[in-house]
Amino acid sequence: MASRTAISCGIARRLSSGYGFATRSMSSWWTDVEPAAKDPILGVTEAFLADTHPDKVNVGVGAYRDDDGKPVVLECVREAERRIAGSENMEYLPMGGSVKMVDETLKLAYGENSEFIKEKRIAAVQALSGTGACRLFAEFQKRFQPDSQIYIPIPTWSNHHNIWRDAQVPQRTFHYYHAETRGLDFASLMDDVKNAPNGSFFMLHACAHNPTGVDPTEEQWREISYQFKVKNHFAFFDMAYQGFASGDPERDAKAIRIFLEDGHLIGCAQSYAKNMGLYGQRVGCLSILCEDELQAVAVKSQLQQIARPMYSNPPVHGALVVSTILSDPTLKNLWLKEVKGMADRIIGMRTKLRENLENLGSPLPWEHVTKQIGMFCYSGMTPEQVDRLTNEYHIYMTRNGRISMAGVTTGNVGYLAKAIHEVTKSS
Amino acid sequence: MASVSVFANISQAPEDPILGVTVAYNKDSSPHKLNLGVGAYRTEEGKPLVLDVVRRAEKLLVSDISLKKEYLPITGLADFNKSSAKLILGSDSPAIQENRVATVQCLSGTGSLRVGAEFLKKHYNQHTIYIPSPTWGNHPKIFMMAGLSVKTYRYYDPATRGLDFEGLQQDLSAATSGSIVLLHACAHNPTGVDPTLDQWEHIRKLMRSKGLLPFFDSAYQGFASGSLDADAQSVRMFVADGGECLAAQSYAKNMGLYGERIGALSIVLTSADVARKVESQLKLVIRPMYSSPPIHGASIVATILNDREMYHDWTVELKAMADRIISMRKQLYDAMCAKGTPGDWSHIIKQIGMFTFTGLNPEQVAFMTSEYHVYMTSDGRISMAGLSSSKVTHLSDAMHAAVTRV
Repeated sequence: MASRTAISCGIARRLSSGYGFATRSMSSWWTDVEPAAKDPILGVTEAFLADTHPDKVNVGVGAYRDDDGKPVVLECVREAERRIAGSENMEYLPMGGSVKMVDETLKLAYGENSEFIKEKRIAAVQALSGTGACRLFAEFQKRFQPDSQIYIPIPTWSNHHNIWRDAQVPQRTFHYYHAETRGLDFASLMDDVKNAPNGSFFMLHACAHNPTGVDPTEEQWREISYQFKVKNHFAFFDMAYQGFASGDPERDAKAIRIFLEDGHLIGCAQSYAKNMGLYGQRVGCLSILCEDELQAVAVKSQLQQIARPMYSNPPVHGALVVSTILSDPTLKNLWLKEVKGMADRIIGMRTKLRENLENLGSPLPWEHVTKQIGMFCYSGMTPEQVDRLTNEYHIYMTRNGRISMAGVTTGNVGYLAKAIHEVTKSS
Repeated sequence: MASVSVFANISQAPEDPILGVTVAYNKDSSPHKLNLGVGAYRTEEGKPLVLDVVRRAEKLLVSDISLKKEYLPITGLADFNKSSAKLILGSDSPAIQENRVATVQCLSGTGSLRVGAEFLKKHYNQHTIYIPSPTWGNHPKIFMMAGLSVKTYRYYDPATRGLDFEGLQQDLSAATSGSIVLLHACAHNPTGVDPTLDQWEHIRKLMRSKGLLPFFDSAYQGFASGSLDADAQSVRMFVADGGECLAAQSYAKNMGLYGERIGALSIVLTSADVARKVESQLKLVIRPMYSSPPIHGASIVATILNDREMYHDWTVELKAMADRIISMRKQLYDAMCAKGTPGDWSHIIKQIGMFTFTGLNPEQVAFMTSEYHVYMTSDGRISMAGLSSSKVTHLSDAMHAAVTRV
């Protein structure tokens, strides 16, 4: 029991006299609160950090590492921060965030010369990275399309389920990953699109699907877009890896551009966590394409109404970094170069990992390692095999067998391949 | 080839009443305009202020190339959380020493309140929260969006322009046992009316006897009286009796970090075991909202709070801001007295913190805006932080005209 003499200001003395209510004997309101399960993704890094083994490898969370396994702060970001430091005005941003940042961000998704931007038809607000953008949309969907559901691919980033659940939007799933080929289950995906009630809401990964790395081809995207038109479905794109997938942001936005060409009024979540390395700054954008400027103004005002009781207005620093970089042609070019560098390194590691596994004489096919795209490789390993990797080899990844290629280096790819071979060779 | 939007029937949301004031102010081209709307500190020159100690912290951060920008843990920056809890609860707080406090970094005061409210909705057996009347305009929305039912308790007495202590006690006595009660830790927004320490003690006894759960909103620690400890007394009283409570902290005003969105939610529990479980559940609220909080503001605050010299320098700058506001109160009060404006204007110097609840009605406010280009919220609240010595005459002229002609 706390010593009352430790409490300053004489409060303890005042309290101990004439104090009839003994709160100490009262139990907590919270004794029935269960310890929550660890987040399946973020819990992996926690476990990795706690491990002292010298050969430990973290291929868990999707944060980029250089070939020395070190986190990277992009040069364009350092330069932007140098320019900002000492002169940053820390006043509140408007509820919708930094207009400058949002304008530059829309160009990335919709195109530098997008007619929709010119016609002011896009309702857009700064959001707390991709998570925040998705959550704002989910809340908006709940409020203005209360009878709707959200179709989510199987599998998807685990937090997607949490986001729409907490926004109280019922979820359905659609086929996506084909385990046998470790590729896209296109036929079943199209069936699900056709069988969903007209006007259903779908959440699509714009590029570099997380966790599988399996993306539709351009042709497949066109077919999906066509079917969406037939069914009058709503397409919500989560684009967390623009630039990171192929190395070229324009190419990575292809799916979105196809949908826009076909006349869809899409929603889109964008994140700068990975492609600008601004993970901890929580910078992103939610946009919704509307019929006209008037509608865009109305929708934006409603998005702000959702942000206000959640956090009032978004953080200024990360937005300032983004707008400083994107509005300066030299810095923007540097950024494009650095993004390509990151994407290229990952593509290189995919090649090495596959080569190593094949050279070890693995009986299993590993073509998918180089076919899949983006930060993640869906290895096809079972949870039990993953557990063996962790317990016997100190290799950390999520139990769905997802390998974050960003964590693979020239230094550890051999060890990783050997370990994977060991736990899979008898399957 | 535009399709028909599924959101075609959406109507435009009304302007936020507080932030809308600044929007209107910005549109006004009069050289005499005065913005007394949103509660952001202004210097004597009417300029925003970035604290010197904040600039120093920024320099340290930008020159430290070892610092990365990776994801913070869901609960935020650990150093920041520890220091924030100490700031509000006291560095020698037994609750902290006994590991009974679960602290999570959140997006300023708003974010801390929302995360706390969502947690209560999920895990607490009472879903009604009592908020004072009046209160900050965003409070009801925050709690309603979290799914809590919102009731009010009497707080402000227009007749005295002070605390309706009788009404407050009656309403809290009538509250269902176990209900949540929102308390402004100091510098009540919008009225500037705070209970005395004796009144706080009565409130504490009453609330504990009814098992009412205190949820403190501390947005002005250090800003009200100029002393960080004095401004935290209300919270510390409740923690000292060994009971449980929630406290939302904001660094927007007292460190001038408005746009960085930096704050903390602390929940004081009766045991370390419960605190651990509660922290794990708070993560489940945060993850689907924004995954993890923004790093920049947290790094600045942690740098300052954990450096003896910088902490001291901060307290000096903070006191200077508080003192300037107290001086503005005095000047405005003196001006009203000198003018002989009808009415008792002593509430201007009795009220505390950034705001003064003038007692002016919406018609008078509208008059002041259209005739004198004075911008304020229609409830008669003025932000003293937006006033400077050179503008006192203009404001007192406007108030005098409003009182005598409207």
